Amino acid sequence: MVCGMSGTILLGDLEITARKAARWLVEKTPIRSLRDWGISFSLWPVHFTTACCGAEFAAASAPRFDAERFGFLPFVAPRQCNLMLIEGTLTKKMAEAAIWVYEQMPEPKFVMAMGACAIDGGIFWNSYNIVRPKDILPVEVFIPGCPPRPEAVARAVIILQRRIRRGESVGLKV
Amino acid sequence: MASKSEVPEELRSLLSEALGDLSPEIQMTAGSVSVKVSPENLREAAERMRKAGFDHVKAVTAIDLPEANEIEVVYHISSYTDPRLSRWIVALRTSVPRDDPKLPSLYDVWPSVKYQEMEQWEMLGVEFEGHPGLRRLLLPDTYEGPPPLRKEYKVKVEGINA
Amino acid sequence: MSREEHILELLIGPQHPASGHMRLVAEVDGDVVVSLRPDIGYVHRTVEKLAETKKYIQVVPLVERPPLADTANHNLGYVLAVERLLGIEAPPRAQWLRTLLAEMNRIHSHLYGLGIHGIMLGSSTAFMWAFGDREIMIEMAQRLTGARLTYSYMIPGGVRRDLPPGFAGEMEKALRYLERRLPDYDKIFFSNPVTRARLEGVGVLTKEDAIRLGIVGPNLRASGVPYDVRKVEPYCAYPELDFQVVTREEGDSMARLLVRVGEIKESINMIRQILKKLPEGPILEERYLKMIPPKWKDWMAEKGRIKIPAALASLKPPKGEAVARVEAARGEVVFYIVSDGSPKPYRLRMVTPSFRNVVLFEHLIRNCRVADIPAIYGSIDYFPPEADR
Repeated sequence: MVCGMSGTILLGDLEITARKAARWLVEKTPIRSLRDWGISFSLWPVHFTTACCGAEFAAASAPRFDAERFGFLPFVAPRQCNLMLIEGTLTKKMAEAAIWVYEQMPEPKFVMAMGACAIDGGIFWNSYNIVRPKDILPVEVFIPGCPPRPEAVARAVIILQRRIRRGESVGLKV
Repeated sequence: MASKSEVPEELRSLLSEALGDLSPEIQMTAGSVSVKVSPENLREAAERMRKAGFDHVKAVTAIDLPEANEIEVVYHISSYTDPRLSRWIVALRTSVPRDDPKLPSLYDVWPSVKYQEMEQWEMLGVEFEGHPGLRRLLLPDTYEGPPPLRKEYKVKVEGINA
Repeated sequence: MSREEHILELLIGPQHPASGHMRLVAEVDGDVVVSLRPDIGYVHRTVEKLAETKKYIQVVPLVERPPLADTANHNLGYVLAVERLLGIEAPPRAQWLRTLLAEMNRIHSHLYGLGIHGIMLGSSTAFMWAFGDREIMIEMAQRLTGARLTYSYMIPGGVRRDLPPGFAGEMEKALRYLERRLPDYDKIFFSNPVTRARLEGVGVLTKEDAIRLGIVGPNLRASGVPYDVRKVEPYCAYPELDFQVVTREEGDSMARLLVRVGEIKESINMIRQILKKLPEGPILEERYLKMIPPKWKDWMAEKGRIKIPAALASLKPPKGEAVARVEAARGEVVFYIVSDGSPKPYRLRMVTPSFRNVVLFEHLIRNCRVADIPAIYGSIDYFPPEADR
């Protein structure tokens, strides 16, 4: 409650109003571009080496294809990462773990699906034990290949960065 | 199964000496020597093979044969320590009825079968009696249904739509 | 306090900073691990069931996917089993080319294991160096087959491509580079006092236990058992190659690591011998080569490739069964195929080295510290997608 100058009493919650004002300010173009630029160059993927594509993901962070120049550093703790890369086939047992890890990540968070198995099953499409990641998680970028070359992973990171900076990313609309 | 060559002499004499009275059917197949015994004699045959020098099991396979209404269980065994026997793989096999597939576990003869018997129990439903602990190994806990590798469990072969 | 109150069940869950997914359910008392149970199956992709729905040649990429760092050896095992079913043998040049790719794969698979072990111990230098040096071998494999990791190079009857021109010279440069780098690993990583303190005497596997539990691969050879399928039941070009089986006696994690490094050196020597002694000739078996229409013959001779004939694409082996085994980088792979005369296998059984080594988790990680868990896990070179198939 705030008292006005002429003695009128304005009813309202300062907490909620302050939050609304902050959000309005951050969505103004200069600050939003700065925020999106910052996010896009510090995408830390959680170390979720699902299946075979994990070997090419590890190669993408390795010396020859250095993905760290995009700010892409694989990190072990999900609570400090903002990108989840489903590498390869997601089995039913692992799908539960994927959801737990996704929920532990702080907002804003993004999901990419790597490999043919993560798109629509790949060579294991008729297996009884796999799950399509797009059914359980909001995937934004799909990387085809079996396994995709590390250059493709780097390209996907650039595409995600562009999506974030243009405001098209699903992970930001929260 | 047409056998293209004869069982090598040294192995034939060893097998008939060790297993003679259990009336095994010995045959040469591509890559291994197949020895078939009845389910009651399986444990005795396994112990004698171990004494003869076969000290580990490479693979435990259960094959579902719905037309003959039986499940064939094959143990591929070989030797690490005996150089004369190392180059042979002996396939010790037996058949159990499909509706009641019970076999004695060979865990106390060869501890190397532990995880493979667990897997064949899970995938084909063969009960290994005396195994230290048959539990779900590879399938999720929420899986309901017949053992997956049985022939009646069909997976899709056409149509990419899930 | 009673025993139940002392013991804490610790779930080292499926998402952990190592290679692939598995869960370790550890019971710890303070800092000492009392017992450990591996919970596998997080990457179970039902390869054995799916192989019954695919034709024999379509199963080649399928069996390559589980052991991703080591595909050529598993491919070779499957193809040898199918060739035994058919009763044919690949021509000599194809056998030597297969051996060449298998040894190249052994080198970069061992470097992968080394890198993962390094990062589990906390040494990101070992990870970066190992993965960087791996790229040399992967690039050479790419020149030979066209793919980085999943080559699908070997088919029943032969191989798909011939050696490109200039390959031998490039390979010699690559091998010399690797030989210069291995002493650097020694100085930075193997003789490092931190590595030695963490790995020496940790997770000792005695010779009797290794034989009794059916362990395979460098883990077996590090415990003093000189068993290598390439010497015991030689296949492809191995009878004519001169190499040694690297063994050590101690059986601890350091020994397992050093056996792998020794095998890299032996593989480098073997590749040199193969390139010197490679015989001339066709790369696909006679009867399949005759089935290719003559208009492709010039194209095949010029490019050094083959065109897979229709009969090979829908193979119908006779009724029967076959067993084949090869020494992959991580251990011995056994393929057992049962055929009923149809174009699809009736039963494919694939026993991978990691699946046979799973028992080491329960057996070795007992009465040791929690910090020893990654040290032992990395030293047995366990790859979950390979174990779960």
